[in-house]
Amino acid sequence: MSASTTEARVLLDQDDLQRTLRRIAHEILEKHADVDQLALVGIYTRGVVLAQRLRAVIEQLSEVRVPTGALDISFYRDDVGLQRAHPQPVVKATKLDFPIDGRSVVLVDDVLYTGRTIRAAIDALFDYGRPQRVQLAVLVDRGHRELPIRPDYVGKNLPTARSERVNVNLVEIDGADRVVLLTGEEE
Amino acid sequence: MELCPPGSPTGRRHLISISDLDRAGIERILETAEGFEAVMDRDVKKVPTLRGRTVLNVFFESSTRTSSSFELAAKRLSADTISLKAAGSSVDKGESLKDTILTLSAYEPDVIVIRHPQVGAPSLVARNTNAHVVNAGDGKHQHPTQSLLDLHTIRRALGHVDGLHVAIVGDVLHSRVARSNIQALIVMGARVTLVGPPSLIPRDVAAMGVEVSHEIGAIEAADVIYVLRMQRERMLEGANFVPSLREYTALWGVTPERVRPSQLVMHPGPINRGVEIAPEVADGLNSKLIDQVRSGLVVRMAVLYDLLTEPTTTGGEAALRVVTAGQEVA
Repeated sequence: MSASTTEARVLLDQDDLQRTLRRIAHEILEKHADVDQLALVGIYTRGVVLAQRLRAVIEQLSEVRVPTGALDISFYRDDVGLQRAHPQPVVKATKLDFPIDGRSVVLVDDVLYTGRTIRAAIDALFDYGRPQRVQLAVLVDRGHRELPIRPDYVGKNLPTARSERVNVNLVEIDGADRVVLLTGEEE
Repeated sequence: MELCPPGSPTGRRHLISISDLDRAGIERILETAEGFEAVMDRDVKKVPTLRGRTVLNVFFESSTRTSSSFELAAKRLSADTISLKAAGSSVDKGESLKDTILTLSAYEPDVIVIRHPQVGAPSLVARNTNAHVVNAGDGKHQHPTQSLLDLHTIRRALGHVDGLHVAIVGDVLHSRVARSNIQALIVMGARVTLVGPPSLIPRDVAAMGVEVSHEIGAIEAADVIYVLRMQRERMLEGANFVPSLREYTALWGVTPERVRPSQLVMHPGPINRGVEIAPEVADGLNSKLIDQVRSGLVVRMAVLYDLLTEPTTTGGEAALRVVTAGQEVA
């Protein structure tokens, strides 16, 4: 491992992040006249926290209880058995303790990049039932899609280079709320 | 975790002994097994993870739980399976096992699961195939997936293994399960006491960091009573490890009077009802025997998953250098 110069730029601070989530919550409500049918499903790890936060705002605004679940996509990845740069993330248990049949499910993730995670999430979701509709909410869309996947709700569109990294930090996991762009020199 | 015994042609990871895993590796497999528990609660109990892969189950020794659970585990992961039962009696070990494996390897299996009466057979297999090898029990040596499923069962029941006191009762001498479990429990921070007649407790066990008691009363202090099968076939050979099964039961049998309500009772199966374990205990509220069978499925799924999802080698770290705290960006 050789030394690298890394520059970190904060793109969203705590206030920005909260404002952004409130806006997404409003947009989800706008598209769900029948909020009774809405369900939120966060993708591990940070999507789960974001889904919980969206749920709190939506329930506050609508006064309707919104079933919220947590989805682990490890068993649906398309790169099982391939040598990867990333270590295999720890598998977490999926928690979907409500029937998704007939519901409008909004998948929630922190960063949308290649789209492969979302492909896996959709496959995983359909092994739990047949939702009436599936939508996608992401905090950051950084581009570079490798699959025909498009988000329905976007916190921030962020054109990036592939060599850059987008880190979403959340209080519940990382101790602070912010979105950071890391620019490192590639060897 | 490094799972590369010397002599493996490809440097592939195998699970031949519990000592192939460190504590972090065991914990990773147990976490994955929790993920599969969630899958087993669904209507659709199958995931596409190992689609297109082949798992070969080769059993040279009888088995109900282990062979059926490995087969089902592979199927639930969408792998293709071939299960072979070979009678071990006429097999002239060395060359013929090698030839069997060379033959079956022509199908390019990704994993070979092997049970064999001879110690070391799985290592021999690993030297002669490109597949990952999982030891499903070799002689009196090791049965690592049994230990992992036992740890999983204990964790599900009590929340943790660290700091628990486990009494392993009975025929430790002939038991590969005991050997694996002693290692696994100690790595995970449990205290282990072996309980049984001197003739059935190996002499060198103190070196493994366990306590030994020749009083059945010693099980009273344990959180978990782990009962081993009395290997009747060996008793009938006139080896005189115990005077009689009836006497063994009287002195060492795990009976309702000897079990406290808060204790877990476990047994790797198959049980001899009324010999090492009383029927009331085997079927009672303390019994985790059926939970162990279910654990066997999810843990074997986790082992197959773990072997076939290569953790990164050192070369892959460069791409991660700017990422803090394991942030997943994808």
